Formats: sequence, structure tokens, C-alpha cells
Amino acid sequence: MREVIELYVNGVRHRLEVEPNRSLLSVLREDLDLTGAKYGCGEGQCGACTVLVAGRATRSCTTPVHLVAGRSILTIEGLARDGRLHPLQEAFLEVGALQCGYCTPGMIMSGVALLNANPDPSEAEIIRFMNGHICRCGTYGRIVRAIQRAAQKMKEARP
Amino acid sequence: MRHDLWTPSGEPERYELFATSVPEGASESTDGERPLPVTRRQFCQALGAGVLVLLLREVRAVQESGGGRRAEIPSMPREISAWLHIANDGRVTVYTGKVEVGQNIRTSLTQVVAEELRVPMERIHLVMGDTDLTPFDLGTFGSRTTPVMAAHLRRVAAATRELLRDLAAERWKVERWAVEIAEGKVRHPASGRSQDIGELTRGQKLSRPIPDTVTLTPPTEWRIIGTSAPKVNGRAFVTGEHRYTSDLKLPGMLYGKVLRPPAFGATLVSVDTREAEAMPGVIVVRDGDFVGVAAPSTEQATRALVAIRAQWKTTPQPSSREIFEYLKKNEIEAEGRSRYVVGSLEDGWRLAEKQWQQTYTVAYIAHAPLEPRAAVAEWKDGRLTVWTGTQRPFGVRSELARAFGLPEDRVRVIVPDTGSGYGGKHTGEAAIEAARLARAAGRPVKVVWTREEEFTWAYFRPAGVIEVRSGMKGDGTITAWEFHTYNSGAAAIRTPYAIPNQWIEFHPTRSPLRQGSYRALAATANHFARETAMDELAHLVGIDPLEFRLKNLKDERLRAVLEAAAHRFGWGKPKTAPDRGMGLAAGFEKGGYVATCAEIAVDRATGEVSVLRVVTAFECGAILNPDHLKNQIEGALVMGLGGALFEAIEFENGKILNPRFSRYRVPRFSDLPQIDVVLLDRRDLPSAGAGETPIVGIAPAIGNAIFHATGMRLRSLPLAPNGLKGETRLP
Repeated sequence: MREVIELYVNGVRHRLEVEPNRSLLSVLREDLDLTGAKYGCGEGQCGACTVLVAGRATRSCTTPVHLVAGRSILTIEGLARDGRLHPLQEAFLEVGALQCGYCTPGMIMSGVALLNANPDPSEAEIIRFMNGHICRCGTYGRIVRAIQRAAQKMKEARP
Repeated sequence: MRHDLWTPSGEPERYELFATSVPEGASESTDGERPLPVTRRQFCQALGAGVLVLLLREVRAVQESGGGRRAEIPSMPREISAWLHIANDGRVTVYTGKVEVGQNIRTSLTQVVAEELRVPMERIHLVMGDTDLTPFDLGTFGSRTTPVMAAHLRRVAAATRELLRDLAAERWKVERWAVEIAEGKVRHPASGRSQDIGELTRGQKLSRPIPDTVTLTPPTEWRIIGTSAPKVNGRAFVTGEHRYTSDLKLPGMLYGKVLRPPAFGATLVSVDTREAEAMPGVIVVRDGDFVGVAAPSTEQATRALVAIRAQWKTTPQPSSREIFEYLKKNEIEAEGRSRYVVGSLEDGWRLAEKQWQQTYTVAYIAHAPLEPRAAVAEWKDGRLTVWTGTQRPFGVRSELARAFGLPEDRVRVIVPDTGSGYGGKHTGEAAIEAARLARAAGRPVKVVWTREEEFTWAYFRPAGVIEVRSGMKGDGTITAWEFHTYNSGAAAIRTPYAIPNQWIEFHPTRSPLRQGSYRALAATANHFARETAMDELAHLVGIDPLEFRLKNLKDERLRAVLEAAAHRFGWGKPKTAPDRGMGLAAGFEKGGYVATCAEIAVDRATGEVSVLRVVTAFECGAILNPDHLKNQIEGALVMGLGGALFEAIEFENGKILNPRFSRYRVPRFSDLPQIDVVLLDRRDLPSAGAGETPIVGIAPAIGNAIFHATGMRLRSLPLAPNGLKGETRLP
């Protein structure tokens, strides 16, 4: 049974006729062609599908789309502003915190959620927050460093 | 029977590729020995004006000893393994059949071209893994990109540079030695003339093979090679712009799903697809045991699949509980069986004052690349084009051509930079499935495997049993070494230690699970057994494990990494706490030398083993990109930690019992030890690949550290899938 719902994704309003129990991930990827969020496991175990819903890191593969109707959704595609990368995106490049890059969008979205809630996380806090993400290439240490570096950049940018 | 187990063309892989369906003849040749996918003339026309430089090699008969697989290439007098084109606007395009799966070769190969051509990296674009555009390549595995493809591209770029020098000298009527090339420009300093290479080549239609002698830039003058250039196109990965195969969408494309049997070895008895076929927009394909659906969305395809009623006939299958007995009982005569004998074991036993033997085992494990197998297939004008994430684009082209009875030139395989492989993406299952569905639907179809499918229907790292027997003098000099590996494979089966009497043998066996390549192949299993055994022997004669290894080791490069790692780690210092321990391991494979030291802690209350810190020293000749090399080593250690401590595929009667990340534990942030990498840069030596070998030391180093901490000797990988809780041996 299809329903009309409204999604606010990266500041853009979309009216969609969808089955309300479809996953947010499949709607983003197949209906809106926003493929930055990835499928990795379908059970919320790997974090590759992470997007922000009202600022909170959310596993889009296990989130029925009707639950997020009308709420503000941010995907990796909406993170850079006017072509300027978010400090965490910059930090990922500077630290070289990726190999194949498939987990990267989810890692960055969770990292952004963490930094928004806790601008100066300790290493233990980063590990606890990010532990639901899998990087099979094993770049965990670099991702921790990238989050720390972004925290530093954001601190310096504050007046 | 082959006696020489490791050859420069990577013989062990050939055996370990057995999961693949390599067609008779052609594809089992070494890199480059195939005709052009299109004729050279067509290719030059397609590129338009500009300068094209081809690396040509003497043709050789393919697979001389392959018994019935002999293939000659009569029409092509010479062979092409790489090419480079300079367009009128000065942009440089390099064509290579290698693929990018996260090992960052797009970056390192760009570096070598930039260095030799004297052009900034930003002006160079690599076309990779496209069977219509790139030269034939056997595949991206075996750590061959750096020693082979980087060396080829250096020659191509250096030859192009000299061609540009000739062009400028001719145009300006000056001596060629007086022409300088830097930053993408040719200059004649004496007259002050200067031109961009694009201007120089504009309007030219030149095509030149590479002369036999090309002057390469010596390592002492490298300015781009050897630097930590950042990942090429990294921005596209942190913004989500990069499109992996699973992200592609073609006009009118449908989403495909395939009906899977309930167990390995099951055959289809009957199937009722009527309900699925009645669903709007759904196409059902039945072809023998293949049943698949295609629909306008993944959800609809999944619903259609669920609506199919199928009956399967299953047959009893072995289970993981009994796997090691099964392997020992099911030895087979097969290609890849090999034996290596030095001196005489009889002499070795006679000289030995102490004799010792042990058995080690390793479990099947899964690659679990985060991007599962995926493919998009399109049939158009009698040609099939498939985008897919594979390490063997030309191998998958052959699989497709055979599956659909097409000549290979009617099939094109394109590999977008892929969400990792680790040796697990040599095959084209998803490509064939997508192509079958697309042919029936008359529209493009995308197939993306679910995680459960990837855990079940891909192939595994082989399980194995390794028996070691050794004899020593009382002073710790090893006199005899007998080493039998069942099933795991022959990679790195030979000992690097100087032992006068050896008998080393690889025994192929039947395997109840589909198995194939995995990062470093059997080098992980063989190093685990060998380096654990070395530790056991050291303790048997009461010698420090480092000293014991050095005593039996002549190889200077291996000694160097062992000493470097031990020094950085602070080897030989006392335990930092009662339940902590330190272990080390060393080894050699695929041109790389590695030594790893690990410190672990055991929590007595929970039995949990945590790896606190790891030091790895690695040497692979001249380093192309130090930071990307470090990244590979760190990644190999983290990945290897999973197979060392807790990863294992559990199966029973043809079913995988843990085909999900919630049931198959992989390393996570909280498993991360402090990692310290020591790089030994040997600019005097040719560069070897580094994506695999750094993984081989971590498992035995951890196992030896557990022994140091607890006195318990663990001889099965994974070492502690449930921690050490319930271990009665825990003192």
C-alpha cells in the first residue's frame, strides 16, 4: 500500500509515493539517486548506511521511511557547503583515513553527529561512539585521528 | 610434481584460484599474453590525434606445460601490456587492466608515470579495468601491481618522455640533450624556448613502441615516487560522489534477485513462480536450476522472490565440527600438489638431540568486503556490457562469453573503483546473474548481493591442517624440518630458516566449502604454523624466541626486519603485568619481509584476550608511497587480528550458520591495538607489492604472546573465538 510522504533531504523537499515500510536507505538510493549512503549488511551492524536524522546518526537500512517523514535528513551529499568540505571530510583526506572508501560516508556522518554533540571527544569516547561501524580495510586508527583532527579544526574555527 | 613453489609469475595463486571458472586455454597465461581487445588501428582512431606510446613485449607460447591448454597467438607479432596517450590539450591518459579496490594503486601508478614523464600528477588520468579500453591483464592479485605494472608504466612514461625530447629537438633544430622536460613542459634553456607538451604534440599522429633500452630515473633522483601523495580523486570518496558498481543506475534499469538453494549441493526439484509472475512489473527467469527475478525496485524484486515456491533435494554435507578430520581423510591428486626437499631427513633426525612434533589448524574465514558482489548488465546491439566489482575483469569477460556463447569481443567488462576485495572478488557470479536477467528483461538489470548471500555463496579462505616435525641440537640449531600442509595452500610453505634437512609438502584435499584466494593466500596459515612452531622449539631448548630465530637465520633482509621490529618494540623487557605477554613472528612472501611483535592482555574474569600493541617492521624494496604503504600494513594487521582471534565460518550440513555481521565477528574500533609501523626503505632494490604480506605475522605473534602470558599454547586459528573463558588450562 503506497502512501504519499514528504522527505526533507539535504534541505530539499521531496514528495514521494512509496510503501511506508520501505527502508530509508532504499528510498534514498533508488528513488532519489542519493547513493552516498551504502548497503553493507541490512541489519544495522556495519554503519555504511548512516545518515543524520534531525542531527542524530541513524542506520537508514533499518529505518522505515515513514518514521522520518517530515524530519530533516542529512546525507553525505549534503555535507559540503557551496563546494567547501566539512572539516571532517577534509580531515579524512589529510589523514588518509580510507582505502576503498566504501565505509567512508557512513563513518563521516557518524563522526559529524559525534562532533556536533561532543565537540572535544576523547579517544575512548570516539571508539565507543564509532564501534557500530565496520571498516574491513582496517583504517580504524586513522579514522580516530581524523575525528580528533576535525575537532581541533572546528575548535580553531570558532570565534 | 613441481619442486619450485614460488616463481616470479606467482605460481601459488594459480592453484589457489581454483574457485574460479577459468576457461580452457587463454586466461591462465601470465600478465599480458593476450591479443588486443580491439585492433590497434581501431584504438588509435578512437583516441584521435595525439601521441600514443605502447609497451610491446615479445610474444611467448602460453602455458608451455599446461597439458592441452597450449595457446598460441599467431596474428600478433608482439604483445602490449600498457599504453599511454597524450591528447592535444596535454592531458595524459594511461591505460591499465589493473583495478582499484582500495589498495591505492591508482595513486601509486599515477606517481610513477608523473615521475618519469615529468608531468604533474593532476594532469594524468588512469583508465583501469575496462576490457574494451585497457590491455589484457590476468588480474589484480598476488601483489603484482607494484613489481610488474608499476615497472611497465615507468618504462612507458620514460619512453614517452624521450619521444617528446626528440620532437622538441626536431622542431627547434637543437641537440636533443639540450632539451629539458619538467612540469609538463619542454624547454631549451639556451634559447629560452618553452612549450607545453600538449602544444608540442598537437596535430601529431604518432604511435611508437618502446625501445628495448629506456633510461629510467634512478631512485636517488625521485621527486614524486617515494612521496606520500594523497589518494587520487580522494574528494569523490569523502563526498559520496564516487559511484561504485552498486551505486550505478541506467535508464530503465531493473533490480534483480536470485533464488538460492537452502544448502550447498541442493538441486531444484520443482518450482512454482506463478504468484511472482503475476506481480506487476516483475519478470521471472527460469533456466535449469537458475531462478531469478527482476523488478522496478529492490523491494518488489525481494517480494517476488519470496513468493516463489521451490522444492529442493538436499544431500548430507560435512560440518565444521569434523572439518579437520575430513581434510586429512580426503587428500586428492591435483594440480598444485608440490614438494620441496633439501638434504635428507634421515640425516636430520640422526643429528637431532631433541625431536618434537605438533599439529596446527586454521578455519575457513570470509573476506566480507563491505561492498558485496554487484553487477549492472546491459545488452545493446548484440553486445553485452557489464559493470562489476571484480579483481579479474578479463577473467569475468571470459566467464560471461562462455556463459552466453559469445565471442569475447562482444563482451565488455568495466570495473569502477571497488569497495574492496582482499582476494575475494576473482569471480563473476553477480555479473552472470545480472546478464541473464537483463537478457530476459530486455532492459539493464542490477544485481547486488545481500550480506547473507556474500557470506554464503562467495568463496572462503581455505581451512587447513598443518603437521610439523622438527629436530634440534641441544644448542638450538635446527637439524630437521618436516612440514605438511593439507588444503590451505602452498604459498610461503618453505621455511626461510637455514635448515640443512627439510621435507616440505603441500597436500591438496577435497573441500566441503567453495574456497579460493584470500589476502596472502596460505602464507597466513603456513606462517602461523611455522612461527608458532619456532616459538615452541625455542622454549624447548630454553632460548629466547628472538635469539632462537636469529641463530637459525641467514637471510639478511629477514634479519633486518626482525631486529628492527624487536628494537622498536623493546623485545626482551620483562612483562609489564602478570596477565600480559609478548610474542613475535617473522616471515617472507611475495618479495616482502615482515616481522611483527605483539603485546596482549588476558582478562581473568572474562577470559577476554585484547591486543594492546603491535609493532610491525616491513621491507619491500624501494617504497613508492610511504603513507599508503603504512595504511596497507595497518589495515593488514587489523584484518589479520580478526582471523587470528575470532573469525571462523561455522557450517553444518551444507548451511552457513553465521552468515551475518551480527553472528560473524570482524575487528572493530574497540579491537584496535596501538600500532607502530617501521618501514625499511631499500632504494637499491626493486619494489615489491605490499597489500598482502604484512598480514602473515600477526596471528603467530598473538598466539606466542598468549603463551607468554598464560603458558597456554593455542594451535588453532582462530585462537580465542570466545576468549579463554572455560579454558581449563588457564593457570
